[in-house]
Amino acid sequence: MKTILSAAVLSVMATGAFAAGHCAASKTLADGALTIATGNPAYYPWVIDDAPEKGEGFEAAVAYALAEEMGFAADQVTWVRTSFDEAIQPGAKNFDLNMQQYSITPERDKVVDFSAPYYTAPQAVITTTPVVEGGAEPTLESLKGLKWGVVASTTALPVVMEQIQPDASPLVYDDNANITAAMKAGQIDAALFDLPTALFTAAVLMDNGVVLGQFDPSAAENPDQFGMLMPEGSELKACVDEALAAMTENGKLAEIEAQWLQEATGVPLIK
Amino acid sequence: MPDPRLSLRGVTKSFDDVQVLRGIDMDIAPGEMVCLIGASGSGKSTLLRCMNGLEPVDNGEVRLDGVDIAEPGFDLTPIRQRIGIVFQSFNLFPHMTAYDNVALAPRRVLGEDARARIEALFSRFGLADHMKKYPDQLSGGQQQRVAVIRALAMRPQTMLLDEITSALDPELVGEVLDVLRRLRDDGMTMVLATHEMAFARDVADRVVFMDQGVVAEEGTPERIFSAPERERTQRFLASILR
Amino acid sequence: MAAGSHRSSTDQVTRRAAYEAQQKRRANLIAGVSTALVLALIVFLVPLAPGWEAVRASFFDGEVFVRVFPDLLRAFLLDVAIFAWSVPLIFGLGLAIALARGNTNPALFPLRIFGAVYVDLFRGIPVVLLVYLVGFGIPGLGLARPWNSPYIWGTVALVLTYSAYIAEVLRSGIESIHASQRNAAICLGLSERDTMRYVILPQAIRRVVPANMNMLVALQKDVALLSFIGPVEILRQAGIFKSLLANFTPYVVAAVIFLCVTVPATRYADYLLNRDRDARS
Ligand SMILES: Nc1ncnc2c1ncn2[C@@H]1O[C@H](COP(=O)(O)OP(=O)(O)OP(=O)(O)O)[C@@H](O)[C@H]1O
Ligand SMILES: [Mg+2]
Repeated sequence: MKTILSAAVLSVMATGAFAAGHCAASKTLADGALTIATGNPAYYPWVIDDAPEKGEGFEAAVAYALAEEMGFAADQVTWVRTSFDEAIQPGAKNFDLNMQQYSITPERDKVVDFSAPYYTAPQAVITTTPVVEGGAEPTLESLKGLKWGVVASTTALPVVMEQIQPDASPLVYDDNANITAAMKAGQIDAALFDLPTALFTAAVLMDNGVVLGQFDPSAAENPDQFGMLMPEGSELKACVDEALAAMTENGKLAEIEAQWLQEATGVPLIK
Repeated sequence: MPDPRLSLRGVTKSFDDVQVLRGIDMDIAPGEMVCLIGASGSGKSTLLRCMNGLEPVDNGEVRLDGVDIAEPGFDLTPIRQRIGIVFQSFNLFPHMTAYDNVALAPRRVLGEDARARIEALFSRFGLADHMKKYPDQLSGGQQQRVAVIRALAMRPQTMLLDEITSALDPELVGEVLDVLRRLRDDGMTMVLATHEMAFARDVADRVVFMDQGVVAEEGTPERIFSAPERERTQRFLASILR
Repeated sequence: MAAGSHRSSTDQVTRRAAYEAQQKRRANLIAGVSTALVLALIVFLVPLAPGWEAVRASFFDGEVFVRVFPDLLRAFLLDVAIFAWSVPLIFGLGLAIALARGNTNPALFPLRIFGAVYVDLFRGIPVVLLVYLVGFGIPGLGLARPWNSPYIWGTVALVLTYSAYIAEVLRSGIESIHASQRNAAICLGLSERDTMRYVILPQAIRRVVPANMNMLVALQKDVALLSFIGPVEILRQAGIFKSLLANFTPYVVAAVIFLCVTVPATRYADYLLNRDRDARS
C-alpha cells in the first residue's frame, strides 16, 4: 500500500516535471514555475487593468501562450513587478522573463539577454487637433517643422533625430504622462510613441489627441522590436526562442496581436 | 539764565516692572557742560537715551529748544542730527572703514561730501593714519574716538556722551578732554555720563549726581566734590575716591 | 606700528616660525602617508570584490566616457544658464520677501502676512511638485508660445521655492544684527531705509554667506529638476545615454562635470570669506 502510494506520488511529480518541459525544466528561478516580470504599473493595451494574471492585454496574453508552449500550466505562471531601470542594472534578477516593451538594442544586449522579438512596433506620431488644423501632415517634410517631445528611455529619440531631423531640438521627458501634459500645455506639438501606446494616449488620455501617422517598421533600418528581457547568460533563452518561433509559425502570435492590438490598422504611413 | 537748550520735566521710565527713571527735572543751557555721575545702574545711560528720544519716556516732557520731543508720535528724525550721541560701547559699523563710518550719515542725511571736514576731524583726534582701517583693526580707544568723530560730523548742537573716556588709554584721555573743551568753547552743549571724577571736576560746568533714578544732588563741581550736602552723595564719593 | 619687529620677522626665521614650519612638515607627512594608505586600500581591495568587473563595466567604461563627454558638457551649459539667470531673481525676490516680513509699518501689515504665507507655502511644497505644477499647469491655462516655455515656468518654480528659503536665511541674518547697530544708525539721523540698506543688510548678508552657499549648491542640483518638464540638461542627457547604451557611466561623467564646478566654487567662496575675515583681524 505504502509503496503503491509513493509510486503514485512519484509518478505525479514525474508527470509534473515532464509537463514543465523537456527544455525549461530546472532552468527557472523557482522549479516548476515561470516567473514573469511586468511594469509597475502595467498599462493598456499591454496589460489590461494592471492585472497580468488575467491574461488580458497583448503582453499578458503572449505570456500565457508562451508559458503553455513551454509546458507550464497557467497556474504555474508567477508575476512580479520591476521598474525599467532595475532590469538593466547589474546584479541578480528576481524574474525569468521581463516583458515591458523593451526595445532590443545591441547596447542593452551586452548587459542582459533578449529573446527573439515578440512584436515589431511601428513608431507613430501623436499630435493634437490644433496642430493638424495648423497644417501638419504625415510627411517627413511637415514633421520637421514641429516641436517634438520624446521619452528619454525609448528609442524614439534617435528616430526623431535621424529620420525627422526637426528644426528645433526636441524636449525630453521621463514618461508618456509628462509628454501628454506638455502637449496639453502647448509646449510641444508632437511625440513619437509606439503605435499601440499612441492610440491609447490619443483616445483615452487626451481631449484632442490625434495619431497622425506611422512609420513603416520594415522600412526602418532597425525597426523597434520588443524582446523579453532575461538575465545575462540565461539558460532559458533557447527554450523561449524555440517557443516563440513555434508561436510565430502556428500563427498564435499574430492572432494575439490582432486581438489586442487590432487598432494598429487605419493609421496612414508617413512618406 | 537763557532759555534752556534741553529741559526735562518729570521724566519717568520703566523697563518691565523696574522703574529706572523716577521723575527727572533738569535744565541744560546752551553751551553748558553737564556731567552725570552716580553708581552703576543709577540710570545715567537711560537718561541720555531719553534725551534724544532713543528710549521713549513713559511720562514727562523733554523739550529741545522749547519743543517737546517726548510727545508720543513726534517725528524724531530731524531732531537726531541736532543731538549727537556716543555710546558706552561705541557701536561702530564693523563692515565699514573708520572713514566710511563717519562719512555715511553726512552723505545720506545732509547730502554732503564732507571729506575735508571729516579728514580734519580725524587729524584733530590723532587718527589721520587710521581712516582706512576697519573697527576691529583699531584699539578700543581708537574706536571710541572714531565714534566721537562720527557724531561730530553731523554738526550737532548738543552732544550726549556716555562714558566716552572709560575705554581710552590714560595718555589719550587728555587729548580727548582738550577736544571736548574746544567743543565747549565752540558753543557745544554737552551732557556727559562718567565714572571719572577728576575729569568731571576738571571740565564740568555742573555736576549732577544720580541715585536710583532721581537727581539726588547737583551743583558746581567744586561744591559737589568738596562739600556734598546729601549723605548719599558723600557715601558715593567716598566709595569711589577711596 | 613697530617697524623694527616687523623687519626681524621677515629677514630672519624666528624660533617660533621654525617650530611651526617643522610642525607643518610633520602634519603634511602624516596626512600624505595616511591618504596614500587609504587610496592604496581602495585601489587594491575594491577590484578584488567578486562583482567588481560588472560594476566597472557599467559605471566606469572608458569608451563610453569619451563618447558622451562632449554632449554632456554641452548639456551642462544649460544647467549653468538656468542657474545663472535664476540666482539674481531668487536673491531679489528673497530679499523683498525678507524685508516684507520684517517691516513694522501697520499700513504694510498685509505685506507682512503675504511674506509669511509665501515662505510657509513655498518652503512646504516639494520642488518637484512645483516644477510640474508651474511648468505644465500655468502654460496649460492657455498661454501661447513662447510664453508657455518650460524654461520660463521651470525657472519660476525654482525661483518660488528658493526665494522662500533665501528669504528666511536673510531674515535670520537681519535679526542676528544687534539692536545697537540700528540704534547707532538711527541716532545719526539715518532713515529706516538707509539704516537697513547701509548698516543692517551688508552685515546680515555677510553673516549668512555660508547658509546661502549651501542653498546655491542645492539649487545647482535642483536645476536638473527642470528636465522633468522637457529641457535636456546634463542629468537628462546622461539618462538618455544610459538607456541608449545600457550603461551608467554617463551619470559618472555628469557627476565629474558637476564636481569640477561645485568644488572650485565652494572653495573659492571659502577663500573669499577667509580673506574677508583675515583682512579685518
Ligand atoms: N533695555 C533695557 N531693558 C531692561 N532694563 C534695562 C534696559 N536698559 C537699562 N536697564 C536697566 O536700567 C537700569 C539703569 O541702567 P543704565 O544703563 O541707565 O545705568 P547706568 O547708570 O548707565 O550704569 P553704568 O554706569 O553701569 O553704565 C539698570 O538696572 C539696567 O539693568
Ligand atoms: Mg551707562
